[in-house]
Amino acid sequence: MTAPRAARAAREPVPREPDGGTAERRLHPVTPFRRAWAPVAVLAGWAGHDLDGTQRQLSRLTPTTLLAGLAVLLPAAALYGFLTWWFTRFAVTEAELRIRTGLLFRRTAHIRLERVQAIDVTQPLLARIAGVAKLRIDVIGTDKKDELAFLGAGEARALRAELLARAAGLAPETAHEVGEAPATRLLRVPPGVLAASLLLTGATWGMLAAAVAVPVLLWTATHNLWTVLATALPLAGAAGARSVGRFVADYDWTVARSPDGLRLDHGLLDRAHETVPPGRVQTVRIVEPLLWRARGWVRVELDVAGSSNSVLLPVAPREAAESVIARVLPGVAVPSGAALSRPPRRAGWCRPLWWRGHGLAVTDAVFAARHGLLRRTLALVPHAKVQSVRLTQGPWQRARRVADVRVDTGANKTVTARLRDAGEAAELLRAQAERSRTGRRDARPDRWMASRGLADRP
Amino acid sequence: METGSPQEAGTGTAAGGRPVWTGLPPGLLRMRRMLLVVWAGLLTAASVVLPWWLAGPAWAVFALLPPALAAWGWVMLERNWRSWRYAERADDLLISRGVLWREQTVVPYGRMQLVEVTSGPVERYFGLAGVQVHTAAAATDATIPGLHPAEAERLRDRLTELGEARSAGL
Repeated sequence: MTAPRAARAAREPVPREPDGGTAERRLHPVTPFRRAWAPVAVLAGWAGHDLDGTQRQLSRLTPTTLLAGLAVLLPAAALYGFLTWWFTRFAVTEAELRIRTGLLFRRTAHIRLERVQAIDVTQPLLARIAGVAKLRIDVIGTDKKDELAFLGAGEARALRAELLARAAGLAPETAHEVGEAPATRLLRVPPGVLAASLLLTGATWGMLAAAVAVPVLLWTATHNLWTVLATALPLAGAAGARSVGRFVADYDWTVARSPDGLRLDHGLLDRAHETVPPGRVQTVRIVEPLLWRARGWVRVELDVAGSSNSVLLPVAPREAAESVIARVLPGVAVPSGAALSRPPRRAGWCRPLWWRGHGLAVTDAVFAARHGLLRRTLALVPHAKVQSVRLTQGPWQRARRVADVRVDTGANKTVTARLRDAGEAAELLRAQAERSRTGRRDARPDRWMASRGLADRP
Repeated sequence: METGSPQEAGTGTAAGGRPVWTGLPPGLLRMRRMLLVVWAGLLTAASVVLPWWLAGPAWAVFALLPPALAAWGWVMLERNWRSWRYAERADDLLISRGVLWREQTVVPYGRMQLVEVTSGPVERYFGLAGVQVHTAAAATDATIPGLHPAEAERLRDRLTELGEARSAGL
């Protein structure tokens, strides 16, 4: 460990304290046990691939050969796990997080901190028992290898705080000891509400009905147990994931606000702690299933470029959801249903019935388009996040003098305002391009805390 | 990051604020028509020989189909070629295309991440090159095909320069 550090010190001109935040660190010593599974998994995969052959091989095994095999395999697995752990190191510098991995093929990932979109700490069940956590850094262009698994739970939290502080542009000497920024709880989804919301989703019941009906029908048609099992198991699995799985994943969903962004904590077995830094959200979608409408509940989804987490709130009353959205998209008021203008009546010819579900509102901060008749979805795009604007018009639409306006955002999501009057659409195209250009000027900088201290952030 | 510098306000915009459109040079039309004729010729030959050989001389009537389609395509290609046009405005690039399904794309210069000039072997034979503009959104489909290589390079350099001046990122 001393040799590489000396080499680095020689190469880099920036003076560092001998044992400060820039030193290379290793992952938690528990990590090799996770890695040790890899050879076993390969063996199991090979065995599953050729079941008959495996049985023949197994019948020939004697206790001696079995023990000899284990005696070779276990140390090999342990050595592999140990070596991958030994060769995985990471370091935090002023501008980037550097992760070095690889036993034979060395790989160094340089993650630029000002490009960090979100940092998540997740704890699968076993990791919770072992007291370790996984740190995932979402940057555009990183892949799955660039997560730090595993770190001690406390270390993971401290590292997340440090990375976020540095990403926010705090001075490097203070960033190290800022510690975890204090969080104020904004909202917590009660388990009862979550369960009720899942029961009121059509998809849950549809899946359950399919999981029951399809195997029954197949049984009456074929009387073949294997066919029935082969279809019933995946269907039941999907239905379970849709209902129970969602409940377990979204259990105790807590939204808290802290200076480094919005904190999302959730999970019954696997705990996940996600952070959404402000100003990185590309689109926000407010989904309103039919059966939730009487209770005034909504689900809020968001898109952050390069990030995989997409749910902001699994279920919440509309007013509460809007106040949380105001935190993610500062200065944005969600347009009410009445503020949305519908397509002209003649558009019904292009999209019968469903044209009524479409709506559009453009405020000085967002482009908001709604679609769907039963399950309404309102998508919001801040003008500053618009990458390009398109106007499309098919032959039928031209006959009815309507056109679609599409707004492309950086999270590879396109929000479409459908069936607008052709003249209005042309004007919208021009004005939206203008707003997208000027909107950026008022937007936050990438290093959103560079000029301010932690204390005076709202 | 200041945008809309006044000395450039007049470049792509006429007095009335309407964009000045540029069409594509005729090279693209010529190339597409030649490809059409070549493929139609091959298909005609195949549709004469194969049915004659497999089913009898009367079936060679099918050979009339490819030339008819080619004649229709000949007209359609011109309509499609005419529909392609672009305009460089003070702050954004406009691309308009399509006859039946029309599409107009606006890309602000500040959002351009990468400008590419591409030219395949057939395009090079006809002296053509295409310009493709990428933004952070993959859905952005801003391509201008069939330009003269000199114009393509001028456009690339100008777009890159404007993109740098107005760069905004994500």
